[in-house]
Amino acid sequence: MGSIIRTAANNVGASGVFSSSAFNNASLNSVTSLPTAVDGKMKLISSQTASGDASLSFTSGIDSTYKTYCFKFINLHTSSDADGFDMNGSTDGGSNYNVTKTTTIFQAEHREDDSGTDFSYQTGLDIAQGTGYQRIAQSVGAENDENVVGELWLFNPSSTTYVKHFMARVVLNTEHDRAREMYTAGYFNTTSAINAIDFKMTNGNIDDGTIALYGIA
Amino acid sequence: MGTRITSLANNFDTTGKLKAAGINNASLSGITALPAGVAGKMTLLSTQTASASASLSFTSGIDSTYDEYWFVFNNVHPATDNVSFDFNGSTDSGSTYSVTKTTTLFRSGHDEADTFTQLGYNSNEDLAQSTSYQHIVYGLGNDNDQCVSGVFKLYNPSSTTYVKHFTSTASNYFASNGNNQMNVAGYFNTTSAIDAIDFKMSSGNIDDGTIRMYGVSTS
Repeated sequence: MGSIIRTAANNVGASGVFSSSAFNNASLNSVTSLPTAVDGKMKLISSQTASGDASLSFTSGIDSTYKTYCFKFINLHTSSDADGFDMNGSTDGGSNYNVTKTTTIFQAEHREDDSGTDFSYQTGLDIAQGTGYQRIAQSVGAENDENVVGELWLFNPSSTTYVKHFMARVVLNTEHDRAREMYTAGYFNTTSAINAIDFKMTNGNIDDGTIALYGIA
Repeated sequence: MGTRITSLANNFDTTGKLKAAGINNASLSGITALPAGVAGKMTLLSTQTASASASLSFTSGIDSTYDEYWFVFNNVHPATDNVSFDFNGSTDSGSTYSVTKTTTLFRSGHDEADTFTQLGYNSNEDLAQSTSYQHIVYGLGNDNDQCVSGVFKLYNPSSTTYVKHFTSTASNYFASNGNNQMNVAGYFNTTSAIDAIDFKMSSGNIDDGTIRMYGVSTS
């Protein structure tokens, strides 16, 4: 024991404070949270990786802990060409995804062969007080290298006073080889808390990709 | 003390390094900064919550510490119906909010009754070398459940070489019942540092809502 104490003493300064040589990564294995002053403010709550899934549902972790939540979409790949990528909310922990919402959606697009561009509102994809799934990406291609990336921000989902706003921005490859950027925004028109969010393809499965849920403290 | 020394020794390995058992959350309570390699890159700098406030001003913490500053606004609710939610910058720590700006604003809109949709540039709502407040959203309603939420980003405000760019994206529940998605961008046309930002309604108070300012580091 004497030898260990002597070695350890060499890692303590004259004032009794540990020097950096007293620590390594293994020293921190028992630490599960950091002091507020140094804690990162974008916390990974959960992450789901698709493998031929009909949907990816986030049924926990959406509560009053954070004022703002961010879902990140990484390389979502559909099994069905010319697909859509959709989302809906739940007020009952994911038993039902059918919250009333009013939304807007528009896109910017450029063809790979430079034969055309588009910047337009998508009247067929918005929702006026409907309970259906909201399209986030339209005409998603299913070739091996085609996918969807982007973010969905959800604001204060636990509020029981206000509607719950959301905003999404994604970029995708369409089935006809176009770069398309889509902006969606709107609100869940309810004063009940939103406590689950579901993502799915309109037709096929989510064959690959990751959706990560972050809380912003 | 002998017992403590024995217990302490059991928490060191033979090289004098602390084992995991020797440190826990409480051990770290005195730490106020982390090494760059492990520190989070998004830091909450301040939070302001409105309560019948004429404005919410951020007059400290905007400096050269971070490359970007994000203002995340949640459930901002006006006292007056059909108003705009506006911002301006300051080069004198908030004594005056009157920095020259040139901006763009476009929106997409859709009402709950499904009677109209809109996507377009709003030429009456932008600024051309003006010192006035810039709208983040306009037409905001004040029904009990109506509000605006979004993110305003300010880039490198301490630069004394470049103009200071900003972007804003917000989702707005407008007064006549529908959604506006509003996108604003532009620049403070000054090479003086921007060191304060003010948010207010075009008329009436901000009755409720929070704005949180984050510093985002790129290194």
